[in-house]
Amino acid sequence: MKKFPYYPGCTLKQAATHFGESAIASAKAADIELVEIPRWNCCGAVSSLTSDDLMHHVAPIRNLVRVQEMNQEGLVDNEYDLIVFCSMCFNVLKRSNERVREDPEMLKTINQFMDTEQDYEAKVNVVHFLETLKEIGWNKIERQVKKPLKGLKISAYYGCTLLRPRGIGIDDPEAPTIMDDFIRAMGAEPVSNPYKSLCCGSYHTVGDNKELVADRTYKIVNAARENGAEMIITSCPLCAYNLDNRQKETKEKYPEFKQMPVIYFTQIMALATGMEDRAGFNGNYIDSRPLLREHGFLEG
Amino acid sequence: MTEEEKNMITVHIMGKAHEVPAGLTIMKAMEYAGYQFIRGSGCRAGFCGACATVYRLAGEYKLRTALACQTAAEDGMFLTQLPFVPANRQEYHVAEIEPGPGTLAEYFPEITRCVSCNTCTKSCPQDLDVMDYIQMSIRGDFEAVSKLSFDCIQCGLCVARCPAEISHYHVAQLARRLYGKYQSPVPQHLMTRLEEIEAGKFDEAISELKSLNATELEERYTAREIEKIERGEVMDE
Repeated sequence: MKKFPYYPGCTLKQAATHFGESAIASAKAADIELVEIPRWNCCGAVSSLTSDDLMHHVAPIRNLVRVQEMNQEGLVDNEYDLIVFCSMCFNVLKRSNERVREDPEMLKTINQFMDTEQDYEAKVNVVHFLETLKEIGWNKIERQVKKPLKGLKISAYYGCTLLRPRGIGIDDPEAPTIMDDFIRAMGAEPVSNPYKSLCCGSYHTVGDNKELVADRTYKIVNAARENGAEMIITSCPLCAYNLDNRQKETKEKYPEFKQMPVIYFTQIMALATGMEDRAGFNGNYIDSRPLLREHGFLEG
Repeated sequence: MTEEEKNMITVHIMGKAHEVPAGLTIMKAMEYAGYQFIRGSGCRAGFCGACATVYRLAGEYKLRTALACQTAAEDGMFLTQLPFVPANRQEYHVAEIEPGPGTLAEYFPEITRCVSCNTCTKSCPQDLDVMDYIQMSIRGDFEAVSKLSFDCIQCGLCVARCPAEISHYHVAQLARRLYGKYQSPVPQHLMTRLEEIEAGKFDEAISELKSLNATELEERYTAREIEKIERGEVMDE
């Protein structure tokens, strides 16, 4: 099994351990051993766009210095592809990485500020796990599937940070297909959704504007259902929280609303590759197990 | 120049130059110059954390931090003493808290403002990985915070230097309290001893001690048995 440096981020370690656990299982299925970055710090959660605000790029770059150290210490063997699962962490880390690559002056300033660290050499590639799977090849991934999810209709939800801005995102921001390819590789049936990258309401979920998020959830889940989907998958913890947990508020506001499981793509992969015990199906707000049992993918 | 004059150094205390003997700690140098500490001084042995100090060396731009009782005064130093760090403290009842991943951020939301600049770690006179434990507190890992912050003496220098205005040591103290109460393994020897105390095993001995006057207590103290521990021997409970 090849060892890759792995950045979990706060959510995979605590609030969404079902994402973290199923991520590690999915990687194993793809013949990858994830080696967690020692002493990683928060990515910063939001990437600063102010041109002279270098301070908020220190956190991402410090993580990338750790990847250099991992290679020097032999924790990974000359592997500079840093695998990330959380869409937001991926976006923030990659944006800082690309900025210092394009701007050596900025990299120099940040390196000088981080005087307790070795200089960052800008050799690390920040990659999302979906990209890793694509690079391995969907055919090869398909061969790892022990339990094809035949007949299961899944709608991919991309959200913003996996696709935008162009150049950072992992697919065409207007017409993405990478998650549909993933769904097919799992043996399931991708269902199109016109709102697959409509903003979920993002951080409005923590303020006084939960209703806005409930409305978005209503729109996105209903569109998925109208197109025949039984479930939605995503890779963003904030989208997952909004589309899954906020279905409670959605149902309160719209009593006729029919709830739908919204789970992480890695949970599907853990199930399809025969590691359902590591899929963490008890971690979602809307339980997906009745649906999966109905299809015969889970026993009981 | 006499021998005595040769061994003198110049330090600048709050901007004023003073001649003090070489080899003193910052604290003693300031006392030699005539300052008396009614705050900002405690055990004088590097344990209590009361004597947080900031200083600059001659010719340097860096503002350095240390414990005044543990750091030697050097020629050309610029000195001052911090009497107190007004860090943000929260009131809570540990028994009423249900610890979860977001508990520390609930009481100290400013931890999520951490930009990983590492200034806290650089300022720590105990050489703790302060930034690392703040990162662990963001993700609610009480065990990691407790272990990384265990040697904290709460001097407050990290708080004084943090650009995100985090109260590091109060966050760590809450984490250790919650870890100790809810998560760390129960020490069996302590539970046994508690049961013995409750069963009255030591009642008689305690009442006897209480009945003694000061002189008798002093005699007992001087004559007490001190357990000798051989090198390499493990102390038995």
